Amino acid sequence: MSVSPAPTTPSGVEALPTIRQLPTFRTNGLPMLPIAILVTLALLAIFADLIAPSNPEIGSLSQRFRPPAWVAGGSTEHLLGTDHIGRDVLSRLIFGARVSMMVGFTAVIFAGVLGSALGILSGYLGGWVDQVIMRVTDTWLALPALTFAIFLAAIVGPSEWNIVIILGAVYWTRYARVIRGEVLSLKERDFVRLAIVAGCSKWTIMRRHLLPNVLNTAIVLATLMLGVVIVTEAALSFLGVGVPPPKPAWGLMLADGKKGLMAGYWWLTVFPGVCIVLMVLAANLLGDWLRVKLDPQLRQL
Amino acid sequence: MRRFVLRRAAYAALSLFLLSVTIFLFVRVTGDPTVLLVEPGASKADLDALRHDLGLDRSLLVQYGTFMRDLARGDFGRSFYYRTPVLELYVSRLPNSLLLAAAAMVFSLLIGIPSGIMAAVRVGGWWDSAGKIFALLGLSMPSFWVGLLLILFFSVYLGWLPSSGSGTALHVLMPAFALGWYFAAAHMRLARSSMLEVLGSEYVKLARLKGLPEMRVIAKHAFKNALIPVLTLAGINLVLMVNVAVVVETVFAWPGIGRLLYEGIAFRDFPVVQAVVLLGGSMIVVVNLVIDLLYAVIDPRIRYER
Repeated sequence: MSVSPAPTTPSGVEALPTIRQLPTFRTNGLPMLPIAILVTLALLAIFADLIAPSNPEIGSLSQRFRPPAWVAGGSTEHLLGTDHIGRDVLSRLIFGARVSMMVGFTAVIFAGVLGSALGILSGYLGGWVDQVIMRVTDTWLALPALTFAIFLAAIVGPSEWNIVIILGAVYWTRYARVIRGEVLSLKERDFVRLAIVAGCSKWTIMRRHLLPNVLNTAIVLATLMLGVVIVTEAALSFLGVGVPPPKPAWGLMLADGKKGLMAGYWWLTVFPGVCIVLMVLAANLLGDWLRVKLDPQLRQL
Repeated sequence: MRRFVLRRAAYAALSLFLLSVTIFLFVRVTGDPTVLLVEPGASKADLDALRHDLGLDRSLLVQYGTFMRDLARGDFGRSFYYRTPVLELYVSRLPNSLLLAAAAMVFSLLIGIPSGIMAAVRVGGWWDSAGKIFALLGLSMPSFWVGLLLILFFSVYLGWLPSSGSGTALHVLMPAFALGWYFAAAHMRLARSSMLEVLGSEYVKLARLKGLPEMRVIAKHAFKNALIPVLTLAGINLVLMVNVAVVVETVFAWPGIGRLLYEGIAFRDFPVVQAVVLLGGSMIVVVNLVIDLLYAVIDPRIRYER
């Protein structure tokens, strides 16, 4: 589908793509809301051992399905209640932030490095290298990301590191596409031609002259991709092919929560979901802000 | 025109070929496929016998030839769990998936188009702002969590709707809403931006100059043209919905393709997983080809660009 320039409304006001106009509670130009959410989650993830009130992987069956503290039957011992084997929900959420952040960030970086490298190679070298990389990219883009990830996960089996590799292997194509496009226009520019005249090798040109110029784009893409990756990880864990139990991953908690859903144990379903939404929301808002700041060309993406 | 069609078709064929190679290689490179292809708990002798039967002692090229020959005959192997050909299973589940996708599509269009149009007609109004928040939530709330919340509210607290299974119209409502949720946001954004574009065009200005009432300008002149991109996207999304419904179908125990995939994982029924991925990917490649060709027929400018 072709991307059209920003349309103009009858009243002459420029109509911008929807997401960008969202209230971001800016202070000093920084989007404070998403930064606050991400910093909070990062602190929880780093200091989980100190903050979490109890062990996230061990519970006592006598304490199972305790409701949150403010509901009748709840106690301050388990602020957000306990799950089907009596594990403290709050502690699992806090350690879950660690899992989500670790998987999310490493997968995004892995996909970014792989995709950017292939994108630069494809765009700069052209010819058959370009053809091969782009045809593979097209094919992989044709596979629905979640289905493809499930397929890979079913082959290699569940583990945190496998998930990182799988997510990287599924999502690098988005980077490769965009970065290749950037490189195609960059390589016609004078500074690249001068570098060729000066006798730089292809390797040097790609590393020293092209890479720094596509870095902004890669960072914007990575932030926007973070939300997608986190939702995919949650979905894989929910289906039982992601992070293996008893690790406290939010998607896994939702899967466990489903066991108590019909009995009305709502806290097992609501809280992990809220955590996922907050993190994804923050990543999306930050990505939109970065897109405007760093890379005006990506506004239409 | 003929050259364009041939080239597009060749690209699609190449994509299908690469798809089959990808699936084929991943299964073999990442480990011993016999472990995936036999039922759990098979003996060592069984494994060796199967390895020979499958020709895994032969070269990769020969193996790929066999793999493709079976696919060409529609032989995707047998399901270990159901003990029937995988293709039969797939075809038997497809109507359910299509029903769910169609219902989800109706939901997403019923929500997306009117709200997108209203947002575009009053840019910057309260409806527009509410729409933006909805669009953001649509992108940020995973569909399966939406599904779980729906069950919690409508099945557990209110007791109005069945929480799982299929059969009646009531069973379709919640899964369709959960699946359509994300797409509603996407359709709303597109409806808004495409309506804005149309409202800025010359013929709408002319309609206004003629003195037509604003309502009539929007309903009669702008609406139809604004709808075209939305419906195109909806066509692509319908195919996507069939293939991404796995988590929603799992939440609601809806007997579609996604549920089949989930069962395939849960029972380590590998032929099923492989077939769902292959068929899903092929479906999307073919639909993309059809859309490309249709576009070329509708809009002659496209033909010479590529």
